Amino acid sequence: MKGQVPCFAHVSMPVRALNSLMPMHLWFSPLGEVLTAGPTLAKLAGKAAFSGMPFQEVLEVHRPFPVSDMAGLTTLEGERLGLRLYALPEHNLKGSVVVLPDGGAFLNLSLGLSVIEVVGRYRLTLRDFAPSELAVEMLYLVEAKTAVLEEYKRLNTRLKRAREQAEERAATDMLTGLRNRRALQTALNAAVNGAQPFGLMHVDLDYFKQVNDRLGHAAGDEVLQVVARILLDETRRSDTVARAGGDEFIILFLGLVDARQLLRIGRRIIAQLEEPIPFGEDTCRVSASIGMTLSTFYTHPDPRQMLKDADDALYEAKRAGRGQVRVVRI
Amino acid sequence: MYGLINRAFQFFVRDSYGERAWLAVSGCAGVDPAGFEALELYEDDVTERMVTALSGVLRLPPSMLLEDFGTYLVSHPRHESLRRLLRFGGSSFLEFLYSLDDMPSRVRLVLPEFSIPELKLCREGGERFALYCDWPGDLMRPTVVGLLRGMADDYGALVLMDFPESGAGPIMIELLDGRFADGRSFALGARPT
Repeated sequence: MKGQVPCFAHVSMPVRALNSLMPMHLWFSPLGEVLTAGPTLAKLAGKAAFSGMPFQEVLEVHRPFPVSDMAGLTTLEGERLGLRLYALPEHNLKGSVVVLPDGGAFLNLSLGLSVIEVVGRYRLTLRDFAPSELAVEMLYLVEAKTAVLEEYKRLNTRLKRAREQAEERAATDMLTGLRNRRALQTALNAAVNGAQPFGLMHVDLDYFKQVNDRLGHAAGDEVLQVVARILLDETRRSDTVARAGGDEFIILFLGLVDARQLLRIGRRIIAQLEEPIPFGEDTCRVSASIGMTLSTFYTHPDPRQMLKDADDALYEAKRAGRGQVRVVRI
Repeated sequence: MYGLINRAFQFFVRDSYGERAWLAVSGCAGVDPAGFEALELYEDDVTERMVTALSGVLRLPPSMLLEDFGTYLVSHPRHESLRRLLRFGGSSFLEFLYSLDDMPSRVRLVLPEFSIPELKLCREGGERFALYCDWPGDLMRPTVVGLLRGMADDYGALVLMDFPESGAGPIMIELLDGRFADGRSFALGARPT
């Protein structure tokens, strides 16, 4: 017994329904002329009305392979089409085609990813898309994603700034604003690894303990800050001035290995440091002893050895009566 | 809760009542006056503490402030992107109301950990609707009401809204005129770049 097969061949679809369900359709007659075009397509085409236009003047299929006439189009049933409308030449559209019993063809198109540019350019609204189309959801996502991305960019900038500040703090002596021992070590290693010649000065304050004992730690701190300023004034920006702890300072003179010039700088620093430093009603007086060495004294400069040698020279300067500069003897 | 909400509240306080009010609120609520990271997660009670603090500073009931907050969120130029995202919900206020059911999933699409209340809209007959807002506490409903008022203005619709101050009753919405005024423009492709 044969079941009843429903037959819809006689049911015709009103254009109104086509337009509302598929606002981007194109219906071609067997001769290849446009019978109806969806309202969104008409909007995109502007003045160029589609009705009655021949296939080859309306669009060109380029995927899966180039097709520019009706005969070619009817072979593409079931394929995912990539195509261009002559009215909208810059944008790739997507679509599919069904061949009708009378030999005509029915195409339904979508803007695909072009939707993002096309909506802005042609002022499409929510109503230009069938509710079943996800184009509007995609636009929503793009916009939401952009907002979130902006937020991440801002966050990134803030984190980067915070990291730079943290690094700066980690390399800085809090009291004087000079580099700290760790930063000095980094600069020393960089100079040695980069085979850059440099002079190294170990500065130790004289009579600093007396300031602390007589006027207290606040005065001591004040003196250290003044010393820091003097050391920065007497050196170049490219030099590394570090507080190594207590009243000891180490200066790395990058590219400067002229012993006589360094001696001059050392003496000038001592002269500056010996100027009286006012503290409230009182006056603090300090001096400094300096020991130094040059990377050119060594075949293979080693930061640790150099620091020790500068320290030895400093000790000699102290023994010789303070307020003096000594170069290490190798 | 993402810092997004807390930061929006911070801007609300500053834009509406000034920097001094914000300093007072952040002080009372014990939050960093510098504000929040939008995409970081914070304890839920942070928002509540700020609302309580603002209510204390201004001597106004929290529900009133939160209604203003909701309206502020969709009407202040600073938050234009939120207004636009909401306008994707529909081309009329009525369509927008119907889109509220989808709101949580829309939000999760973008910020998976952002919890917002499940909203359920029921047509009560005629142009009357009941909006059920599933969220603990009394803070969310006034905010939603304020937000809906702002969106009604945005669409140019005339609505009446009513909600119980506490308890679980729905927000009652009566759409008197969907095209009462021109509303603000919304173009799909006008996204800010």
